[in-house]
Amino acid sequence: MSERRLGIVEALKEGIVEEMRRDPRVFLIGEDIGIPGGWGGAFTVTLGLEKEFGERMVNTPISEAGLMGAALGAAIMGMRPIADVQYADFLFCAMDQVANQVAKMRYMSGGKLEVPMVMRAPVGVTGRGAQHAQMMEPYFVPLPGIKIVCPATAYDAKGLLKAAVRDGNPVLMFEHKLLYGSKGARAETGTVDASSDIPDGDYTVPIGKGVIRRQGTDVTIIANLLMMHRAMHAAEALEKEGISAEVIDPRSLVPFDWDLVKESVAKTGRVVTVEESPRRGGLGAEIAATLAEEMIDFLVAPVKRVAAPDTPAPFSPPMEKFYVPDAVRIAQAARDLMAIS
Amino acid sequence: MSKQSYDSKWLMGLYRRMVLIRQFEDRVKYLFLEGIMPGTIHQSQGQEACGVGVCAALEHDDVITTTHRPHGDCIAKGLDVGDMMAELFGKSTGCCKGKGGSMHMGDLSKGVVPAVAIVGGGLPLTTGMALAFKMRKEKRVAVGFMGDGATNEGAFHEAVNMAAIWDLPALFVVQNNLYGASTPVKMVVKTPNISDRAAAYGIPGVTIDGNDVLAVFETAKEAVSRARAGKGPTLIELLTYRITGHSRRDPCLYQPEEERKQALVNEPIGRFAKVLLARGAADQKALDAVLEDVKAEVEAAVTKAMADPEPLPEDTLKDMFV
Repeated sequence: MSERRLGIVEALKEGIVEEMRRDPRVFLIGEDIGIPGGWGGAFTVTLGLEKEFGERMVNTPISEAGLMGAALGAAIMGMRPIADVQYADFLFCAMDQVANQVAKMRYMSGGKLEVPMVMRAPVGVTGRGAQHAQMMEPYFVPLPGIKIVCPATAYDAKGLLKAAVRDGNPVLMFEHKLLYGSKGARAETGTVDASSDIPDGDYTVPIGKGVIRRQGTDVTIIANLLMMHRAMHAAEALEKEGISAEVIDPRSLVPFDWDLVKESVAKTGRVVTVEESPRRGGLGAEIAATLAEEMIDFLVAPVKRVAAPDTPAPFSPPMEKFYVPDAVRIAQAARDLMAIS
Repeated sequence: MSKQSYDSKWLMGLYRRMVLIRQFEDRVKYLFLEGIMPGTIHQSQGQEACGVGVCAALEHDDVITTTHRPHGDCIAKGLDVGDMMAELFGKSTGCCKGKGGSMHMGDLSKGVVPAVAIVGGGLPLTTGMALAFKMRKEKRVAVGFMGDGATNEGAFHEAVNMAAIWDLPALFVVQNNLYGASTPVKMVVKTPNISDRAAAYGIPGVTIDGNDVLAVFETAKEAVSRARAGKGPTLIELLTYRITGHSRRDPCLYQPEEERKQALVNEPIGRFAKVLLARGAADQKALDAVLEDVKAEVEAAVTKAMADPEPLPEDTLKDMFV
C-alpha cells in the first residue's frame, strides 16, 4: 500500500471527503465554508470542497449557538453533521447548546436518542491574545455526554475524524493551530511539522485509545497536541543525559486511556503531565488525583504538573513564551523527579 | 370566530385533548401539593388551545420542541399520559425512563424532542430539524414552541434568522401568556406585538387569539402549508394566559385580580365548549361524558405510575453513550 506525506489540514480534508462520499447523511455546517473564493473555514480545512459538495456545505451566519443547535437538531433527525467554529474560543457563545443540549439530549431522553455529531474547534496559544488563542479542553473534560479527541499528528487527525463521524455520540475535536500546516494566507507562524505518512486505504483511529510516542523506563510524560511535540523534544534532551522518558499521547481526553497510563506508570513510577492551559483544575490535576488514588504504591515521586499559569493567554511574544510550556521546562520537571529517590 | 365547517368527531377530538391537558395538569398539581410527586412543575392550565390547535395542523412525523412548561404541548402532539405520569413520578417506565422528568418530557417516536428547559434553547434544534428535512427533500415540518420570554434570548434571534435565510419548513410559535415568570411582557418588549419581530427576519408574523382553538388551528395550518411548500418559516404569536402559577406554589400576586377574573372567563376550554354547543357538534351530555372519560384516563395513569417500579440507583450510569 502506498503512502503519502500529508499535513493535518490535508489529512482532515481527505477524511471529510471520504466520509461525505461514503455516507450521504454527512454534511458540513459552519462559518465561512463553501464560499467560492473564500477560505474554507478559518484554516482552509474545507477549502474547495464546495465543488463536490455544494449543498452539503451549510454556510451559516455568525451564530455559533444557532449552528451548534442546528447541527444537534439535524443529528437527532438522522443526519451526521460536522459542525465547526472558527476558533474554539467561540464555543463559549454556543455553550448552552453544547453543554445543555448536545451533551445531555441522549441522557435526558433515557437513551432513546442518538446524537451523531462532530464538532471541530481550533485551539492553541498562538499570537492572538486572550480571546482567539486559549485552550478550551479544561472546560469540556468535566462535561458528561461529549467525547473529546485531540489529534497531534496528521495520521491521527484523519483517523479520529473518521471515527468521530461514524460514532453515534457527540465528539468534540480540538485541533491545534500550530499543527495544522495551513498554507498560503492562512499559514501560521511558529508552525510545527505534524505531518504523517497517510495510507491510501480507509482507516480509523479508535476514540479512547492513547498511544506511546516514545518508549522509556524512567519517567512518563503525558502530553497532547502541541505539548506532545515539545515533550518529544524534551525526551530527546533527557536521553542525552541518560534519562529514559516515555511519552504518552492520550489522543482522546474523553474517554481517557487510563490503562495505557497506568501500565506506563507501573513501569516508571514517575509522571510529568504537560498542559498548554492553566494549571488550576486541569487535566494534570485529574491525572495526579487518579494516580494518587489507584497507583500510589507504584509512584516513587509526586506527580509533577507543567502547565500554563492561571491567567488568560497574553499577547506579547515574550509573555506568550513564558506562558506556554516548552521542552526546557518539561525536561527540567523530569530531572526534578529523577532527583527525588 | 371560525366560519369553517368541521366534522363533529374531529372537533370533539380537539375538545377531548384540551380537557385531557387540563385534567392532567390539575391532577399533577394536586399530587405535588400533597407532596406525593417529586421535583418541580411548570404548568399550562389556560394555554391548552395553543398546543392543541397547532398540533392539530401537524402530521404524525412532524416534530416539535417545547419548553420547561411542556406537558400541554406533549399531550397535544400525542404523548401517552401514562408514560408522562410515570416520568413525573421518576419511574423507569416513564417516557424518558426517569432521566428527564417534567422539564425534559418528550418522546421522539411521537414527534416530541425531549423538552428543552433552557428558555429559547430548543429553537436552534427546531431550525436544525427543519434543515434536515429540507436537505433530504422531505415534506416534514418542525415547530418550535416558546413562551414570550424566549423571544428576548439570543438563541431566538439566531434560530429564526437561520430558518428564514434558508426558507426552512419551520414554525416558531410564541405562547404569549403575558408574563415571563413574574415579569409582565410589556416591561421587556418594546414593540406592540411580539410578532412584529418577524419583520426583522423577513418572514410573516401574525398575532392571534391563542385561546380560540379553531383560530389557532387555521393559522397554524396556513403556516404549515407555507412551510411544506418551501416558502419558509412563520412566527406565530398566540395570546393566551396562564391560569395557574409559574411553578409550584406560585400564588400569582403579580397578576391583577381583574385580569385573572377576565382570564377565567376567557379560558379556552369553556369557550370551545360553547362553540361546540352552538355548532351542534355536541350536547352538554356529550361534553360531560368527555370529562368523565378523561378523568378516568388520568386516574388510571396515576394508579399505574405509582405502582410502577423505581429505577435502580445505578441506572444513573446508563444511557450516556451509544
